[in-house]
Amino acid sequence: MVAILYLISALLFIFALRGLSHPESSRMGNIFGIIGMIIAVFTTLMFKSVLSYYEIGAAILIGGAIGSFIALRIEMTALPQLVAAFHSLVGLAAVFVAAAAFYDPVAFSIGKVGSIKTASLVEMSIGTFIGAITFSGSVLAFGKLQGTISGKPIVFKFQHLINALIFFLIIFLIVLFVINQSPTIFWTIVIVSILLGFLVVIPIGGADMPVVVSMLNSYSGWAACGIGFTLSNNLLIITGALVGASGAILSYIMSKGMNRSIINVVLGGFGGEQDTSASKDNSDKIVKQGNAEDAAYIMKNADSVIIVPGYGMAVAQAQHALREMGDILKKEGIEVRYAIHPVAGRMPGHMNVLLAEANVPYEEVLELDEINHDFPMTEVSFVIGANDVTNPAAKTDESSPIFGMPILDVEKSQSVLFVKRSMATGYSGVDNELFYRDNTTMLFGDAKKMCEDIVKSLSA
Amino acid sequence: MEAHSSEVFVIGLTVFFLACIIGYYVVWSVTPALHSPLMGVTNAISSVIIVGAILAAGPQGFDTSKIFGLIGVVLASVNIFGGFLVTYRMLSMFKKKTKKTKEKE
Repeated sequence: MVAILYLISALLFIFALRGLSHPESSRMGNIFGIIGMIIAVFTTLMFKSVLSYYEIGAAILIGGAIGSFIALRIEMTALPQLVAAFHSLVGLAAVFVAAAAFYDPVAFSIGKVGSIKTASLVEMSIGTFIGAITFSGSVLAFGKLQGTISGKPIVFKFQHLINALIFFLIIFLIVLFVINQSPTIFWTIVIVSILLGFLVVIPIGGADMPVVVSMLNSYSGWAACGIGFTLSNNLLIITGALVGASGAILSYIMSKGMNRSIINVVLGGFGGEQDTSASKDNSDKIVKQGNAEDAAYIMKNADSVIIVPGYGMAVAQAQHALREMGDILKKEGIEVRYAIHPVAGRMPGHMNVLLAEANVPYEEVLELDEINHDFPMTEVSFVIGANDVTNPAAKTDESSPIFGMPILDVEKSQSVLFVKRSMATGYSGVDNELFYRDNTTMLFGDAKKMCEDIVKSLSA
Repeated sequence: MEAHSSEVFVIGLTVFFLACIIGYYVVWSVTPALHSPLMGVTNAISSVIIVGAILAAGPQGFDTSKIFGLIGVVLASVNIFGGFLVTYRMLSMFKKKTKKTKEKE
């Protein structure tokens, strides 16, 4: 009976993910997920060994209240750090469950204290190891995304060698733990894994954060898997594998969006040092500057506008003002669409959520492959808070660090409007030659303020 | 109930690989626009480790294992409620905007 109920719960989780193939079916999917979780929890509460309903109920209420409070209050722009924070909790919970299984193996029927089955010990320590890494890695990622810690990648000498040594140390500790089952060694594994988690995330920063967030998502799944093996629980194994696969695929998509291998991202350090590849000095080139009225004029006289949002839009919280601008243009009979680069923002799908929040219909929001061939037929590209993802150097300049990265071909549209705070380079540290083209107009200022000003000029 | 431990492990491994394959295909079918909600949902369902935490917190009386279990239940609950709710919030923004809603914000 228990196995059947767990199976139903696992199937519901699969349907929950399946529902996300389309916005219309996605809400139903989320409900499937919730039902699956309720079934899983109540099935477990029915176990004969589970007696302390009050304590467990209180724990669920406390956790649930905290979780609900945070989830209902969070700003959509802060989603990436929220997700990172949640990942850290999964990791930590995995460590605690593993510890509980270690201290009371009888409750999980994996042996007795001091004589736990070898297989269970191995699985337990792997679950602990991944859980602890997920925990500390996510805490650091949270700090970087929140801005508590510098988002810049931190690199130091022998970094990878040190990480490798720590990794082997952990394997050695696990072997030792399996042999003597000592609590001291168990906690040493936890502490060393936490240290490794920090060291793994520390060299990665900035625009590589989407990969980190996806990777930690993946780790949290594998941690659940490890615990699933320890407890011989198929539900945990299935769910862990689903989550692990999901995070891995997202990491792959994100790295591909930057034309870099996952390994290259994981090793980190990208964009840290200033690239000395500034062989072409652009200081003498002329930049055409414009203001909100110019932008309003240019767009008003166009037939089609493609808006390219980036992380800068999220930082400035410009999505609502931007949508208002789009609405006015649409009323003028101008075709308005949005082009999203895979790595725009700080987590996968970040821009889509922000635009949806601002009530932009999702049919107007297109992915790189869907819209890229439309740029030559487009009159105006309105780039707001994005930079590297439009840089033609990715196609032409082999020496450029971003060479080979798929870009949005805004250069092919008749004119380009760039909303930027300053002439500063993008995250990659590469100058964007688009800024100096004749058909480019730079609009310097805060993204939100600029959109509001354009709205004013348009409605004047 | 208690099978040979190697047998149990192989069954677990079978389930694991099949689940990975299902995960692979299901996740590729997720539309890129919904990648953020995908992270929200996966985050919520990975907290199914609450199952393990409940088992640890189950027995009466208080010992180390039970305390760890209860902490696990609290942590996982934060995630379950938080994960599903934040996903719900995200998804409700992706509703079709057929009728022009005039409300700002």
